[in-house]
Amino acid sequence: MSTTGAATALQKTPLHSLHRSLGAKMVDFGGWDMPVEYSGIIAEHLAVRTRAGLFDVSHMGEIEIRGPQALRLVEHVTPNAASLLQDNQAHYSALLYPTGGFVDDVLVHRMGPDHYFLCVNASNQRKDYDWIVAHNFFEAEVEYSSEKYAQLAVQGPLALATVQKLTSTDLAAIRYYWFTVGQVLGAPAIIARTGYTGEDGVELYLAPDHAPRIWTAILEAGAGFGILPCGLGARNTLRLEAKMALYGHEIDASITPYEAGLGRIVKLDKGDFLGRDPLVKQKEKGVTRKLAGFEMRDRGIAREGYPVRIDGVPAGFVTTGSPSPFLKKNIGLCYLPAGRDSLGQPIQIDIRNQPAAAVVVATPFYSRKR
Amino acid sequence: MYPEEFRYTKEHEWIKVEGSTGVIGITFHAQKELGDIVYVDLPKAGSTIAAGKSMGSVESVKAVSEIYAPATGEVLEVNEELAGKPEKLNEDPHGAAWLVKIRLANPAEIGSLLSASAYQSYLSEETAH
Repeated sequence: MSTTGAATALQKTPLHSLHRSLGAKMVDFGGWDMPVEYSGIIAEHLAVRTRAGLFDVSHMGEIEIRGPQALRLVEHVTPNAASLLQDNQAHYSALLYPTGGFVDDVLVHRMGPDHYFLCVNASNQRKDYDWIVAHNFFEAEVEYSSEKYAQLAVQGPLALATVQKLTSTDLAAIRYYWFTVGQVLGAPAIIARTGYTGEDGVELYLAPDHAPRIWTAILEAGAGFGILPCGLGARNTLRLEAKMALYGHEIDASITPYEAGLGRIVKLDKGDFLGRDPLVKQKEKGVTRKLAGFEMRDRGIAREGYPVRIDGVPAGFVTTGSPSPFLKKNIGLCYLPAGRDSLGQPIQIDIRNQPAAAVVVATPFYSRKR
Repeated sequence: MYPEEFRYTKEHEWIKVEGSTGVIGITFHAQKELGDIVYVDLPKAGSTIAAGKSMGSVESVKAVSEIYAPATGEVLEVNEELAGKPEKLNEDPHGAAWLVKIRLANPAEIGSLLSASAYQSYLSEETAH
């Protein structure tokens, strides 16, 4: 057994001391001291699938783009069609390099015609801000506003019922991937029907000062439903079952949206944008590798970085692998050569130098009933 | 928490000596650090394990961790129950969830391992960092 513990100057969310008092196990996550689990990853994962879970995701970054030229800048730096967003609507998108690879994946919220609110990955937030500023040829106003927001995610079939006790906003009236600006227990908040778990739920963006009070109130409001505080461990297994990409794993500077199975966020007909040219060519010629989901057939758990073979020939690497707490199978994602990614394709994963059989399966591994 | 009759490694294994036999397991601290344990890979009966060398692995939802042999010897018996119920390692790591029993090849090796109090001091130093 070996355990590690590094304690350099990690960043802390406004809920840090609450996590400690709840007995959370903390880890360094991209420079942030974050809770990985409280009661256990499996229990937390199942709470989100069957009841409700509360996550502190205040490490996520926020960037706001304002002004009459805001939309032009957003359209230039993201591949999805921001012009189609209506007020209070959000969509999944990306920041792409001119090569078509990912700077980051992002959520774009249209607050109003002259105001867009981007939620970005914690470890990429400075890079993203610099990237957007460097491509701001439109005199839009770009603000790095991460310090203004804490973010709480309440996820699961009873998430809305939990938060509804704390707000007069009719949460059921917010459609999936829409949001409203309202109040939660008197605290102004962006209340978005979004998430990273494959379940229904809301993500709340609010001032850091209010976050501890709202966190505690949500746990109290959900106590009768069996809500659990959930860490990044369960967040990872939940997003894996739902086949949602994680930067640095499924997507990075060397991967394009088409390869990652995210063609839906690329709107080639919207006009020019960063990364468009190589994506046009890739769409014509087809991709050479594709993200695929697999299930282990042999005993053993695939982990990130393990080599993947087809008929003994190196074919790629595992990007994420884990036991699936809900499906009770060992699953994972990997890139495979195009044409070798069809359902039922046998593959082998080298688990510490021992080949183990796996098979390509349909994804997402889990879809909630709607 | 940590039985006096066990000896411990800094890699968080324990061994209990019963005559020429050693019973090996992982510590309460080890299972707590790992979280929900879902898979255990152990040596086969009849194989030999060597002190300080990997003798298998234990996996939680989020990580895989090597198990290092606290002593050298031939594996006499493997706790077969763990294959189907790896979560036992979270529930009773110092008891029912022992890993293997070995015939000690060199009982003198045990002398270099940590006592319960020395192991607990080591744990408190480790978590103080």
